[in-house]
Amino acid sequence: MSTISRGEVARLAQLARLAVTESELDVFADQLDVILTSVARVGEVAADDIPPTSHAVPLTNVLRDDVVRPGLSQQQALAAAPSAEEGRFRVPRILAADDPQQRTDMGAEQS
Amino acid sequence: MTRTAALMSYEDVLGRFEPVLGLEVHVELSTATKMFCGCANRFGAEPNTLVCPTCLGLPGSLPVLNRAAVESVMRIGLALNCLIAPWCRFARKNYFYPDMPKNFQISQYDEPIAFDGSLVVALDDGSEFTVGIERVHMEEDTGKSLHRGSSTGRIHGSDHSLLDYNRAGVPLMEIVTKPVPGAGHRAPEVARCYVTALRDLLRALHVSDVRMDQGSLRCDANVSLTPRGASAFGTRTETKNVNSLRSVERAVRHEMQRQAEVLAGGGTVIQETRHFDEASWTTMAGRRKETSEDYRYFPEPDLVPIAPSQQWIEDLRTTLPELPWQRRARAQADWGLSDAELRDLVNAGALELIAATVDAGAPPSEARSWWVSYLTQQANTRDVELAELPVTPAQLARLIEMVTEGALTTTLARQVVDGVLAGEGEPDEVVAARGLAVVSDDSELQAAVDEALAAQPEVAEKIRGGKTAAAGAVVGAVMKATGGKADAKRVHELVLARCRP
Repeated sequence: MSTISRGEVARLAQLARLAVTESELDVFADQLDVILTSVARVGEVAADDIPPTSHAVPLTNVLRDDVVRPGLSQQQALAAAPSAEEGRFRVPRILAADDPQQRTDMGAEQS
Repeated sequence: MTRTAALMSYEDVLGRFEPVLGLEVHVELSTATKMFCGCANRFGAEPNTLVCPTCLGLPGSLPVLNRAAVESVMRIGLALNCLIAPWCRFARKNYFYPDMPKNFQISQYDEPIAFDGSLVVALDDGSEFTVGIERVHMEEDTGKSLHRGSSTGRIHGSDHSLLDYNRAGVPLMEIVTKPVPGAGHRAPEVARCYVTALRDLLRALHVSDVRMDQGSLRCDANVSLTPRGASAFGTRTETKNVNSLRSVERAVRHEMQRQAEVLAGGGTVIQETRHFDEASWTTMAGRRKETSEDYRYFPEPDLVPIAPSQQWIEDLRTTLPELPWQRRARAQADWGLSDAELRDLVNAGALELIAATVDAGAPPSEARSWWVSYLTQQANTRDVELAELPVTPAQLARLIEMVTEGALTTTLARQVVDGVLAGEGEPDEVVAARGLAVVSDDSELQAAVDEALAAQPEVAEKIRGGKTAAAGAVVGAVMKATGGKADAKRVHELVLARCRP
């Protein structure tokens, strides 16, 4: 009576770039099932007049003025980077999950 | 992935298919700071100098929303006749790509701040086409990647990449149209004119510098073809980041022809991202989108909802400036223009230039004539926008003043403009340096007239005999002798006076 399948766990692991072994898939499926079942119980007590919420604090419109504040220098920004080059963060070769040749070079992953 | 894929002729495409457009435009807002932190929002700085713990995604940092960015997007929504959401949230769009150091982009998902609007687009012939607006939402821009180790500079074949996060977190909004059917053969033109109209609107609102060449306005064009007689839309492709207005038109046109060829050959259009190649005017296959990508959107827990009050919305509505279509209508009324005249000057990109020239003291008809004819020709010759010509409205107003005063003829005035365009200085300086002033000294003109009459005795005889129309030949000779620097009307008077029987 799982609410989450082994296949779904594998898919989530792939999306999260987590290497999960076959035996771990079973373990996580069971554990996630417990979590989902527990959370689902909230739905049992939520009446129709209680809207879903995503924030514990009932605030709206928390805004700041459009005024520049000092940030970090390039040296500070790159200080903790494992690797840097030409004032930029250096990262290993970027591979797409499925097929690197199909990956675009446009960078921005806008919807 | 061949560059020279066969294409169906454009006429045949339209005989067999109806194109459907969908346009997604990303616009960077020209706020002073980024969307969620106080780092400066500026183009062209040294890499990673406009960054802080928030936009670098360092642990413990929290986003705080920029009021100016929210208000800009609400104003845009209002100008696009959209409804403003009474309550909406941000969402995390999760993905693994190093252009966002947080590993997610803060965006809006199913709760855009503005939705269900429209934009009336002026086409090249002056007619109007209404494009429905699906949604306007807020998000943050990503960092810039450089790919190293490949000969092309593209990601494919590279061995490492370099990231600059100055742009990461810059306020970005996305404007998405509803599907646009019914444009027919004008679909490529509608696409270009829509982006033009949107650019002009955003410019009038002073919310973005809308520079396609710098990426502050980026267009993705969705195109699908519906076979004539069918009702369901065909499979669409999305051509990314088309970088100029002309490219928008060319990309749509090419994609229509390419898809038609595929369909006519019994093939199927693959739903995919394509890239426009500026050199060949073709699109090339990019990433396939067989399954929609799973970004695992969920509400951003570090930001509270936006709930614009009616008062806030109405206050913003009062800040809307005169919008481009209102501006055009006013110019038409003020300057007494026909629809065709208005269309010509709008197409030439001359409206604001003419207005500025009029403000500098020139009569509207003169200002319009200069910008729409001679200067438009000069711009075309140089392949630049009219506004990029190195002549200012104030300089043109001075030139027109000199013509009105009789100090310059139109022919001379053009030479003065040529001088200004060549960087020879102000109109008065060019007149002095090139010696272009009209010869207004009657005695000098009289001598030239006498010389011309002496050279053409038979013509002089005709004029004396009452055939005053023959005077034109003498006037022409005088104009030639003075290098065009004489006032032709005055010369004509002098010729007739000399030949009075």
